[in-house]
Amino acid sequence: MFETVKYEVANGVAWITLNRPDKLNAFTEQLNKEVQQSIKQASGDKEVRCLVITGEGRAFCSGQDLQGVNEDMDHGEVLRRFYNPMVLELHKCKKPVIAAVNGVAAGAGMSLALACDFRLLSDKASFLEAFIHVGLVPDAGNLYFLPKLIGHAKAMELAVLGEKVNAQEAKELGLATKVIPMEKWQDEITAFAERLASMPTAAIAIIKKNLKASWESTLEESLERDAQGQRLAGLTLDHKEGVSAFMQKRRPVFQGK
Amino acid sequence: MSNSYETIKVSQHGKLGLIALNRPKVLNAINRPMVSEILDAMEGFEADSSIKAIVLSGNGRAFAAGADIDEMANDQAIDLELRNQFKDWDRLAMIKKPIIGAVQGFALGGGFELALCCDLLYAADNAEFGFPEVNLGVMPGAGGTQRLTKLVGKTKALEWLFTGKRITAKEALQHGIVNQLIAEELLLEETMKAAEQIANQAPISIRLIKEAVLKAVDTSLKEGMEFERKNFYLLFSTEDQQEGMNAFIEKRKPQFKGK
Repeated sequence: MFETVKYEVANGVAWITLNRPDKLNAFTEQLNKEVQQSIKQASGDKEVRCLVITGEGRAFCSGQDLQGVNEDMDHGEVLRRFYNPMVLELHKCKKPVIAAVNGVAAGAGMSLALACDFRLLSDKASFLEAFIHVGLVPDAGNLYFLPKLIGHAKAMELAVLGEKVNAQEAKELGLATKVIPMEKWQDEITAFAERLASMPTAAIAIIKKNLKASWESTLEESLERDAQGQRLAGLTLDHKEGVSAFMQKRRPVFQGK
Repeated sequence: MSNSYETIKVSQHGKLGLIALNRPKVLNAINRPMVSEILDAMEGFEADSSIKAIVLSGNGRAFAAGADIDEMANDQAIDLELRNQFKDWDRLAMIKKPIIGAVQGFALGGGFELALCCDLLYAADNAEFGFPEVNLGVMPGAGGTQRLTKLVGKTKALEWLFTGKRITAKEALQHGIVNQLIAEELLLEETMKAAEQIANQAPISIRLIKEAVLKAVDTSLKEGMEFERKNFYLLFSTEDQQEGMNAFIEKRKPQFKGK
């Protein structure tokens, strides 16, 4: 179905694997489009309750494939046509999205990871704001997400200095939920993703929506959104299940409804 | 009021009359029978003294995604003139009870124009408005260029009408097209609550306020002020004015009767 992305669904988790390992999963127009389409497919699939984006081979994603770059290229148009729709598709996804950063995430590859809800890093992973080294600026939402995740000052340091951030440093900055040793990598990311997929994912969708909206809201607006969100969550089967499991002192079984 | 509508669903909820557009398979595209059924239902509610406010909603994934293009693809100018295509729309604008719209999904073309006929609009976060007529080599014909311009001013109206581009729910809120954004799943529930609040106000006040505000949209300030004053004086002939002011003085809740 896709050529540059491997797409699999297992146990409620959609695995979206960037699959150009010989090019360190660098973005081409096709890869941009296929990532977008696979996110859209997972968003619409009722069986899917959590998404994982990861990379095949030793890199997560090395950013734009520079072989496609030439002097006549209109960089702005490439972003508008290929990157921005991908980032917007990801941003509007109501299900939790994990970036399983298995290796280097450079340039727009870093942007992709930043746009996800969680970042699990292998101990071999690193982030690199590579743009400045070729006289460009972070794009594909990078400068939108980065300061929200780590604050303005640190975002400035990373974006301007362009120094490699290893997994442990990323964890300290708040860019990683967890750093996982390579030998436990597949087991731990699978466990994390399947855990999310078995949570009350309807409530997670509301949390995502309200957290996003909080960046541009007054307290009054946020409080109203809390009220609407809680009304909705209060109507879910998962809420009923959670309460009755608590009363019956058993483990709840959530369906995401 | 007929109970056998084909393109809408009509129901009463206490003091509220609800009209839900009901051609979900075509995203509630508006055709001539639908407009005439909406008008018929509105006039029914207008005549029913137990109804104090009207709620107009979509159904399924959309409010209304434009007009039925097939219906008019082969129309000639004179066909349209002789049919007086928009006379039902003109009568919609004469409904005196408050109309509260609930927009989820698309409100495009004729659907957007219908939304603009409402007095208050509540919209879901996923609502998208727009006038795509320009892409078909025509333009809005049921008030779109006029009502949108009066709402948002010439600059944005021309931009949206020239390009046909979609207006997001957030932009619609920023530009005063809608009153409030609500989570999609709660849209009807919250709109009904808001409508009920209005339905519990003194009905003649609501009626004369609506009349005066609509007057303000297309008259001079001086004339509008005179009109407002007459309506203000008129309210002093109602029992509800007595009740409202007495209740205020006696520190109790007023019981309005609509008289």
